[in-house]
Amino acid sequence: MAGEKTVETTGLLGWLDRRFPVTSTWKAHLSEYYAPKNFNFWYFFGSLALLVLVIQIVTGIFLVMHYKPDAERAFQSVEYIMREVPWGWLVRYMHSTGASMFFVVVYLHMLRGLFYGSYRKPRELVWIFGVAIFLCLMAEAFFGYLLPWGQMSYWGAQVIVNLFSAIPFIGPDLSIWIRGDYVVSDATLNRFFSFHVIAIPLVLIGLVAAHLVALHEVGSNNPDGIEIKGKKDRYGRPVDGIPFHPYYTVHDIMGVAGFLIIFAAIVFFAPEMGGYFLEYNNFIPADQFKTPPHIAPVWYFTPFYSMLRATTDDFTWVLAGAAIVAAVALFLKGKLSGIWRIAVPVVLIVIAVLLRTIDAKFWGVVAMGGAVLILFFLPWLDHSPVKSIRYRPGWHKWLYGIFIVNFLVLGYLGTQPPTEAFNLTAQIGTLIYLGFFLLMPVWSRLGTFKPVPDRVVFHAH
Amino acid sequence: MSQDTIVLDDDGAVDPNQPPDPSRRFWVGTACAMGGVAGVATAVPFLSTFEPSARARAAGAPVEVDVGNIPPGQMRTVEWRGKPVWIIHRTSEQLEGLKANDPLVADPESDRPGFTPEYAKNEYRSRKPELFVCVGICTHLGCSPTPHFNPGPQPSLPDNWEGGFLCPCHGSTFDLAGRVFKNKPAPDNLEVPPYQYLSDTRIIVGVDEDNKA
Repeated sequence: MAGEKTVETTGLLGWLDRRFPVTSTWKAHLSEYYAPKNFNFWYFFGSLALLVLVIQIVTGIFLVMHYKPDAERAFQSVEYIMREVPWGWLVRYMHSTGASMFFVVVYLHMLRGLFYGSYRKPRELVWIFGVAIFLCLMAEAFFGYLLPWGQMSYWGAQVIVNLFSAIPFIGPDLSIWIRGDYVVSDATLNRFFSFHVIAIPLVLIGLVAAHLVALHEVGSNNPDGIEIKGKKDRYGRPVDGIPFHPYYTVHDIMGVAGFLIIFAAIVFFAPEMGGYFLEYNNFIPADQFKTPPHIAPVWYFTPFYSMLRATTDDFTWVLAGAAIVAAVALFLKGKLSGIWRIAVPVVLIVIAVLLRTIDAKFWGVVAMGGAVLILFFLPWLDHSPVKSIRYRPGWHKWLYGIFIVNFLVLGYLGTQPPTEAFNLTAQIGTLIYLGFFLLMPVWSRLGTFKPVPDRVVFHAH
Repeated sequence: MSQDTIVLDDDGAVDPNQPPDPSRRFWVGTACAMGGVAGVATAVPFLSTFEPSARARAAGAPVEVDVGNIPPGQMRTVEWRGKPVWIIHRTSEQLEGLKANDPLVADPESDRPGFTPEYAKNEYRSRKPELFVCVGICTHLGCSPTPHFNPGPQPSLPDNWEGGFLCPCHGSTFDLAGRVFKNKPAPDNLEVPPYQYLSDTRIIVGVDEDNKA
């Protein structure tokens, strides 16, 4: 019939295909999406992140049916879910455990990208969408954490909203605008609820779609960091690729099974995880006149929180010194050309001056925000001739090791009360974290790189 | 479409390679610009809903406090704009201790703008030396510091402690005039709210002679 598309499928599927790209989408993203055949353990975490997203959305929908976003009743309604709603405790513990496990999975997923150079050309956008997802996830977790209206909810929100007050000139008004009141109050709770259940999830789902579309456009990277698209077999398919479905769908089911065992074990036996997943202070209702004796964010924010705390007045001297050294080095030895050779060092010197003129409180916020935002630039910071860590010089692996240990140490320090020694350690940790990224254009090209093989390394089982 | 046919009496067909009509481009551009202005203007009421509501503003009214019955060395907390306001009856030893702190605090004379009304710009940061009034919210990130009035060495505090406040969040310390000690995360002394004496034993917090609230 005229006006209808000609398709190969018949019956109901044919009827659908003539009206909607069912089969072609299925093929493009699953049955004829060729992923490298040498994926390893680290490649479980992308699909696991998707699984946790689904868990969070489904459990969230059911929690909203019983939760009351009202400063007078929020705490009680969470206790009501825990004690009186049939199986409410399970849904709520799945949601709270899911929040922490989301970060576990996403941190490991990002680490995989770091190891195998998955952010390098042509996958820059995949990475950028990914970092945007990470930012959304942090916002989602932060907004969600206020909802139980416990002491840690309340004072955590108070501290984070006050971060914005550190911005020169507009800061104090901005933080009032965010709270909708002079302190964190019912107005704040209501808007955070709105962000948590609708605004951020919509953005998050859109970004996840963009992340996958971008990935499927350029194809997955692999542990060898070798492109598989150029090498085709006699049927025109990548010789080192296998269809995502059924091979990796089945493979990922194994990952899902392993993950769910751990997930269920936490939900049923350690939902509080020793105060790391659910902080003890949050079992006390919010009291706007009394800050708990020790407040700390949930574990997944603590590395960044440590950097915020580490930026004291003394430390801005160190950062200003580093900016001046960088300016001199770039001017004398840098590979910048033309106007940039002057402009970039001048900007660095201006930053050095501002570091000593604007309050350290503001720079703490900059250090914390910068520690996340710097990830956006990773594709252009890494100048190594090979993508994968497998073919990098041995000492690069040590650098990655130091980076990981440093991140964990910062995370630990962020959970602890501030002391002199801890603060000094956190300051060193902040320098290591920022140095790892900011000096990457220099160190990533140094050393003897191993020859990269022509085809991916794969031994059939 | 498998059975496409070319129709030749296509008088209205436009050659896709023909350059765009500049006058249409101009008006399309103008319409988009005006639509954009309308879009931005519509965003204003939505963004304004984030401001504190009339009710939240009304709740920021000044509060009267009877200060006659606060024993020396004790403090009372009242609520103003949802924030804790501390009223401390300082003893003469405590006032002596403030002098010892002068070289240790970051801004002994409260010179930095915005946190100290003119009438509190003195060593005691108060209208009358004994009675200290301040907002009990750390100027760093808004936690409420905890009182540690006993002088002398104790955990998390220096050995020459004269009594004051410790912020549990990021370790800022303040003396009994709300002055922040040097090299702490908090950039400013604790805020002294506008207040005035109604009589010897009554004060009102949130308003002063300038009627500033």
